[in-house]
Amino acid sequence: MNKKIKFRVNGKKAELEVPTNRLLIDCLRYDLGLTGTKEGCSVGVCGACTVLLDGDMITACLTLAVMADGHDITTVEGLAKNGELNPVQKSFIQYGGFQCGICTPGQVVAATALLKENPKPNEEEIKDWMMGNLCRCTGYYKIIESIEKAHQFAK
Amino acid sequence: MIPFEYRTPKNLKEVHATLKEFGADAKLISGGTALVIMMKQRLVRPSCLVSLGSVRGLNGIELKNGGVSIGGLATHRSVEGSSLVRRRLPMLAETYHHVATLRIRNVATVGGGLAHADPNQDPPPSLIALGATVKVTSANGSRVVPLDEFFKGYYETILNPDEIITEVMVPKLAANTGAAYIKFLPRTADDYATVSAAAVLTLDKTMKTIADVRIALGSVGETPIHATAAEALLRGQPLKAEAFAEAGEKAKEAVDPVSDFRGSAAYKKDMAGVFVRRALEKALADIRQQAKAKSAPKPAKKKVAKKKGKKK
Repeated sequence: MNKKIKFRVNGKKAELEVPTNRLLIDCLRYDLGLTGTKEGCSVGVCGACTVLLDGDMITACLTLAVMADGHDITTVEGLAKNGELNPVQKSFIQYGGFQCGICTPGQVVAATALLKENPKPNEEEIKDWMMGNLCRCTGYYKIIESIEKAHQFAK
Repeated sequence: MIPFEYRTPKNLKEVHATLKEFGADAKLISGGTALVIMMKQRLVRPSCLVSLGSVRGLNGIELKNGGVSIGGLATHRSVEGSSLVRRRLPMLAETYHHVATLRIRNVATVGGGLAHADPNQDPPPSLIALGATVKVTSANGSRVVPLDEFFKGYYETILNPDEIITEVMVPKLAANTGAAYIKFLPRTADDYATVSAAAVLTLDKTMKTIADVRIALGSVGETPIHATAAEALLRGQPLKAEAFAEAGEKAKEAVDPVSDFRGSAAYKKDMAGVFVRRALEKALADIRQQAKAKSAPKPAKKKVAKKKGKKK
């Protein structure tokens, strides 16, 4: 069974017909070609598929594409503006938060949502917010440091 | 996932009508964080999903008859961030704050969580200890059920297929009442608990006698467990050091845990006793702290920075 959906992805209108059982992550990756969002655990634990729905972070592997109908979705591809990386992305490069790369899109999207609410989070606040984004390399120190220092890149 | 029809009713009346049309073949979906996993695993195979995404007015959190009324579609995040809940029922705000991760709490709803009825969830023990009731409605009317009568087994509740949880009501706390919810997490902070315990303790005017107490446990049985025998042991008794440990021992008789990677059944049973004692101690400390804050000279009003949750 198919359903027509209309939503915005990274500011651009998207209109497509999807099977009702299409997951948002598959819709983003395969229907729209936005492969930045990764699928890790498929059960909502690892955070690799983190995207923003109307600015709030959600789990794309547990969200049906039809549930995004009428909403604004932001993926990692939508963070850079006019070719310029956002402060979190710059900081991940500068301070080594970007490691093997597989968890990075989810980490960056989640951290971007954090900085929007709390522009200068401390370590404890970062851990509380980011606890749902796992790094299989266990390289958390650099990720935390990158988020802590991301404000340096904000204009 | 098998294919299904997807309906988007615009109001409660349409929800009721759709549920009536499909009966047991329909499932309500809001955040979907529990249901989609179960559908992926083919544990549930509804032929129709009834989305609650377009239904308005069921996500409010407000004062009602001195207690707090929470709409069935309020998200976990909106409960943890609600200034009303933080002020009146800080233990409940804390409980919701420690559910899973923020990604889940952003969309998972209060009603959806209860209807999911996994005995490992955090909110049920806290809500049972707080004496909460749920309002469920259908095309045929509505009924109000005490939460400790709501759960029937693993993923099973008293809900009929045509019913929806529209409201959770937490009554006003009596004077000299303290509350606590604690859980034991040996693995990760977003994991289900090995055991969890909630206690709501009320002392009488003299502050030396237990006027009332409610105790509930999670993760140690097929449903959240309301430890009524342990409560009976304490109610009306003078406050003495060994009483809480005795209540913990009594609560152990009510639990029936299974062995898994979070602990053996025997260990969980022992920990149930320990965690009931600790929850009671924490509830007592909460009463004493409130009394201290009340008797202390009023400090200059300090504005607490609010970061968690936004007003919805």
